[in-house]
Amino acid sequence: MLLAPIIWVLTVVICYFFIAKTWWFPPPINAHGRAYDAQFMRTLIVVGIIFFLAQFALGWVIMKFRNDGGRAQYTHGNNKLETLWTTATAVLFLGLVVMGANIWAGVHFDEAPPDALPIEVMAKQFAFNFRYPGVDGKFGHTELRLINDANGDPFGMDPADPTGKDDIISASLKIPVGKPIKLIMHSRDVIHNFFVPELRMKQDIVPGMEIPLHFEADKIGVYEVPCSELCGLGHFQMHTTMQVMSEADFEQWKATQLANK
Amino acid sequence: MASPAAHTAHHAPEGFIRRYVFSLDHKVIGIQYYFLGLFSVFLGMSLSLLMRFHMVNPNAVVKWFSWIWPTAAQGGVMTPELYLSLMTMHGTIMVFFVLTTVPQSGFGNYFLPIQIGAEDMAFPVLNMMSFWTTFLALMVMVSAFFVQGGAPLAGWTAYPPLSGAGQLTGPGEGMGQNMWILSIAIFCGASLMGAINFIATTVDLRCKGMTLMRMPLTCWTWLVTAILGLLGFAVLLAAGALLMLDRTVGTSFFLPAGLFINDHILSNHKGGSPLLWEHLFWFFGHPEVYIAILPGMGVASQLLSTFARKPVFGYKAMVYAILSIGFLGFLVWGHHMFMSGMNPYSAMAFATLTMCIGVPSAIKTFNWIGTLWGGKIHFTTAMMFALGFVSLFVTGGVSGIFLGQPALDLYFHDTYFVVGHFHMIMGVAAIFGMFAGTFYWFPKMFGRMMNEALGKIHFYCTFIGVYCIFTPMHYVGLVGNPRRYSDFSNVNYLAGVMPLHHFMTYAAYFTASVQILFIINLFWSMFKGPIAPPNPWNATTLEWTIPSPPPFDNFAGVHPVVYHGAYEYSVPGAATDFIMQTDPAVVPGSSH
Repeated sequence: MLLAPIIWVLTVVICYFFIAKTWWFPPPINAHGRAYDAQFMRTLIVVGIIFFLAQFALGWVIMKFRNDGGRAQYTHGNNKLETLWTTATAVLFLGLVVMGANIWAGVHFDEAPPDALPIEVMAKQFAFNFRYPGVDGKFGHTELRLINDANGDPFGMDPADPTGKDDIISASLKIPVGKPIKLIMHSRDVIHNFFVPELRMKQDIVPGMEIPLHFEADKIGVYEVPCSELCGLGHFQMHTTMQVMSEADFEQWKATQLANK
Repeated sequence: MASPAAHTAHHAPEGFIRRYVFSLDHKVIGIQYYFLGLFSVFLGMSLSLLMRFHMVNPNAVVKWFSWIWPTAAQGGVMTPELYLSLMTMHGTIMVFFVLTTVPQSGFGNYFLPIQIGAEDMAFPVLNMMSFWTTFLALMVMVSAFFVQGGAPLAGWTAYPPLSGAGQLTGPGEGMGQNMWILSIAIFCGASLMGAINFIATTVDLRCKGMTLMRMPLTCWTWLVTAILGLLGFAVLLAAGALLMLDRTVGTSFFLPAGLFINDHILSNHKGGSPLLWEHLFWFFGHPEVYIAILPGMGVASQLLSTFARKPVFGYKAMVYAILSIGFLGFLVWGHHMFMSGMNPYSAMAFATLTMCIGVPSAIKTFNWIGTLWGGKIHFTTAMMFALGFVSLFVTGGVSGIFLGQPALDLYFHDTYFVVGHFHMIMGVAAIFGMFAGTFYWFPKMFGRMMNEALGKIHFYCTFIGVYCIFTPMHYVGLVGNPRRYSDFSNVNYLAGVMPLHHFMTYAAYFTASVQILFIINLFWSMFKGPIAPPNPWNATTLEWTIPSPPPFDNFAGVHPVVYHGAYEYSVPGAATDFIMQTDPAVVPGSSH
């Protein structure tokens, strides 16, 4: 039958591109990303073997058990086999979840270290904005009615609040290398999503909620941040970058921003 | 078996309208649902072709676009909002009016009563109302294209505030979104009527001897699907009503305080949560996946057994797998929400339950291969589609093992990896189940055979075609390609996957065009195909004991009595290689 070789060829082609890594993740830029990749590879090996064997077996029975005019085997099944493959899949699948649990825990159960640099994220249709607390380490008070996008203030900074005087607002995310970062994420209209492929992290930004996300990046560079939750007609354009800088460059950048205020 | 009793037989009503339009006959209603689904699938497919075209040619000027959409495609260039409308409507029409409608309401309506030996569904009038309500829902949905602002752009998941704050969030979010919610609410009503009917029919109308464990697996899947529908659509209906209230009356179920949308402060809302919608929606939405695929699993089991001439391997295990999928299906909705901002500890619970639901799915695959093992496979077109179903089910299923882990979902959520996954499993695998069902039951439904040669060409082209469309989506997902983008040119790292997007688009054109073969086969065979015998496949279940097409009351006044399980193929010592469910208990020539 033609079908068996077609299934086999498709299976081999699909597996080939996963093994050759023709289209692949960008390299990770933190410990979490490397742990992520290890968990992905573990899963890929388990899933790849299941996928290959299942498709191969399907092709095999199609080849082997063609009608030749005789009688088929009369059997209603085999309880031992049922128990065996039920147990085996349950152990494998649950084992994978357990092995991945610490990666999830590292992102979501652990608190950000106390010295983490806080940065507020404000997502709106269709841009990200980032606010740094300045030298005093405090974010100034904001109000909806004070929002003035045209004037470069998507947060609605209260001019009466002195703690806000040294706050820096930026349309792209700048962070120092190797330092823990804590994002405090807000959306002022619809649901958006913060995603940096190289960080292997993604988080919805939900209006009415304050969602924290903490991480470190240990490789200097500029990384893209595409919005990853449908947010309206400009969703495909909602895009910013995350620039990982040396500590000195970062301080320099902050100083320049403050001077230009 | 009792002798034919003409005096107890019921006859079809005489008038055309009562017989074919507002019919109470479950067979006519099943065919009505089938054609409603057929219309919808071509509509949904056309929308997807426009989307695939736009993704690789975002700036193309196509004159006739501006004829259809004078504002949304002014000058012939498709706007991003038009793209999102097409996407929303593609998803909605495919999920509700194709995947929910054809396998369950179409084939289920036609064959559930016959396979359990009943004259009709338990509530024929409710059945008729259910179809015409579905029809109304489809009309309302399609009309969303023609209202001011066009169709909604919030996706088939309609997350608020995008879907809840009215026109401020984008064109199509005014009247279009209202029409969408209204249509879904009507559809929920129709599905509830259908679900009650399916459950009552299965519980009450089984003929003598048709114990639950003798039911064909198709009936088991229709029963469990109906239970899922009853519990799921009730919740969606409530959620839809609340969303409509938020939009029109100014309640705040899903809208929090502090919204500043499109330069407007929304001061009339406070206290709502978008997460509430996500919970309610996915409490329906995840069972919905099984509503789409369970009947396909039933059809695959039925066909693999019939055409391998072997009993289903592990019938009981299959029944328990269907039941546990049904039960666990209500406990895993949170895996759609790992990135939503819900309590991250709950993600671990949902992940564990999600992996648990993978187990019965794996059991079914093993049992299908076990059914084929040692068989004598007859390669009819129906069987080819059933085999294709198994292959696609495996391919679509295994990618779920990545997505079910919250840790790995940290990257894959909302990428094309997800799009590839669900299209493989609940899209094309389910559609292969429908094709398989069509080729298998067409002779019974229309009294004629379909063309096998044309059927096989169609099968091979479609099988290779869908693999070419949906496998590359996994690769572009690996690269981090976000879904629901109308244009990829803003993201630099996506430049490398554009050749794959072109490939997928060509594969989609190819696959869509070979569907013409199916349409030709379907309509040509309906009128010109060779006359079908009552049991062309030498199958065992009750629908094959009666003429093709069946008389109005199915069994011509006779009450069938069942003596065997549904899949008694190749019984040693039996005269033929199949024992029909109604054959006498002691098989002549049998030693036991």
